Amino acid sequence: MIRVTLPAHLRKLARVDGEVKLEVEGEVTQQAVLDALENRYPMLCGTIRDQVTQKRRAFVRFFACGEDLSHEAPDALLPDAVAQGAEPFMIVGAIAGG
Amino acid sequence: MSGVRVLVGTRKGAFILTADGKRERWDVSSPHFAGWEMYHLKGSPADPNRLYASQCSSWFGQIIQRSDDGGKTWHQPGTPPGEPTTAPDGTPKGESNKFVYDTSPETGKPLTTHQWYDGTPHPWEFKRVWHLEPSLTDPDTVYAGVEDAALFRSTDGGKSWRELPGLRGHGSGSSWAPGAGGMCLHTILLDPSNPNRIFIAISSAGAFRSDDAGKTWKPINHGLHSQYIPNPTAEVGHCVHRIAMHRSRPGVLFMQKHWDVMRSNDAGESWQEVSGNLPTDFGFVIDVHAHDPETVYVVPIKSDSEHFPPDGKLRVYRSRTGGNEWEALTKGLPQSDCYVNVLRDAMAVDALDKCGVYFGTTGGQVYASADGGDSWAPIVRDLPPVLSVEVQTLP
Repeated sequence: MIRVTLPAHLRKLARVDGEVKLEVEGEVTQQAVLDALENRYPMLCGTIRDQVTQKRRAFVRFFACGEDLSHEAPDALLPDAVAQGAEPFMIVGAIAGG
Repeated sequence: MSGVRVLVGTRKGAFILTADGKRERWDVSSPHFAGWEMYHLKGSPADPNRLYASQCSSWFGQIIQRSDDGGKTWHQPGTPPGEPTTAPDGTPKGESNKFVYDTSPETGKPLTTHQWYDGTPHPWEFKRVWHLEPSLTDPDTVYAGVEDAALFRSTDGGKSWRELPGLRGHGSGSSWAPGAGGMCLHTILLDPSNPNRIFIAISSAGAFRSDDAGKTWKPINHGLHSQYIPNPTAEVGHCVHRIAMHRSRPGVLFMQKHWDVMRSNDAGESWQEVSGNLPTDFGFVIDVHAHDPETVYVVPIKSDSEHFPPDGKLRVYRSRTGGNEWEALTKGLPQSDCYVNVLRDAMAVDALDKCGVYFGTTGGQVYASADGGDSWAPIVRDLPPVLSVEVQTLP
């Protein structure tokens, strides 16, 4: 199971508490995780990445295992610790004002 | 007993204020969608329990919310949780927050750029929904005015949205330019006597009308004079802030422009200035009394750029003559040290007898008058900055 943490506003939209756990088939990439997340929680479509271009929204960032993965290619493999469920894939709202 | 429900959108959530027909005691809800910018909420005239709301943030984009129980509970009307967001053939399903400009070869191909602040071409970029206008007859049909300016329509209760591209594509779209608040389509008026007629307004392009249910459009800005643009009488480019009509007389329109209060007696074919004795003819809101189509309300605001009431006095001005002759309404409103603004979607009227008038301020107050404007009192004083106010008159 892949563990995903969401910012508070998106947890409320998805009506979840705490981490989200997702089954991801095949290679565990950023795109595969976001596809699985949006399929499970369709109300999050468009809130993390653009619905048409699939690009990450400007004020959203991705972290895992202490690394900033925001600018990694969507099809790049995520760290093993994320793929094995030892560490969460963190979706974070950038701090840019109140 | 009848009652009213006031829908308030603010910078940090939505609030629902309710009262019985006396409008003396108010219940103020706890915030809905706390922390989000709530640009606009509006109820369906065909089903008062059906509400639509525009929820957005710079971080997470646009969300459309819907209530089917008068605002007690809300949901996003797109794909239910657990259902795949793509169809079996792999194409994305329509989502309630998916606003995609028409780029089809048939209708959208030429709609590539508008004018940026510096006059250079700039691609259309969806930012947010400013205004939601439910159909007068069908609770599942609702129009959305968006930034960058375009008109969208949903016919499935907000689940999916399609642009009406004839507006951007009517011919002048490439010359539209954003106003200070962005290039927003903020006003949508549906003609109660003619289901094919729609009026819209854009800052800062002007007013437009469709007579074929949104398929084709024409600018209706003849008579507007805007000194701040290169050609003051241009066909488009005017910073219209708001248009209002009375449902019994939809051919008569009232407009609050960036400067000037205007009136049209011919469905926008021509406009005449009716600013008269107003202390300043700048402002954002304008509305019409529910029972008297010649009684009009505005809130004059000082400009350029100050955007607070003249002399620190918050005054609603009322004309009982359809413009030109205005009286200041001050009873119950702060008459010193008041420096709030009243934004374009933040005034509404109810249909009770006597007509109630409501407006919200950037200081977080929502004021109400239960006597057509003669006297005012705050329903609530300390909300986040108010972006929009709508009123439902309940049976």
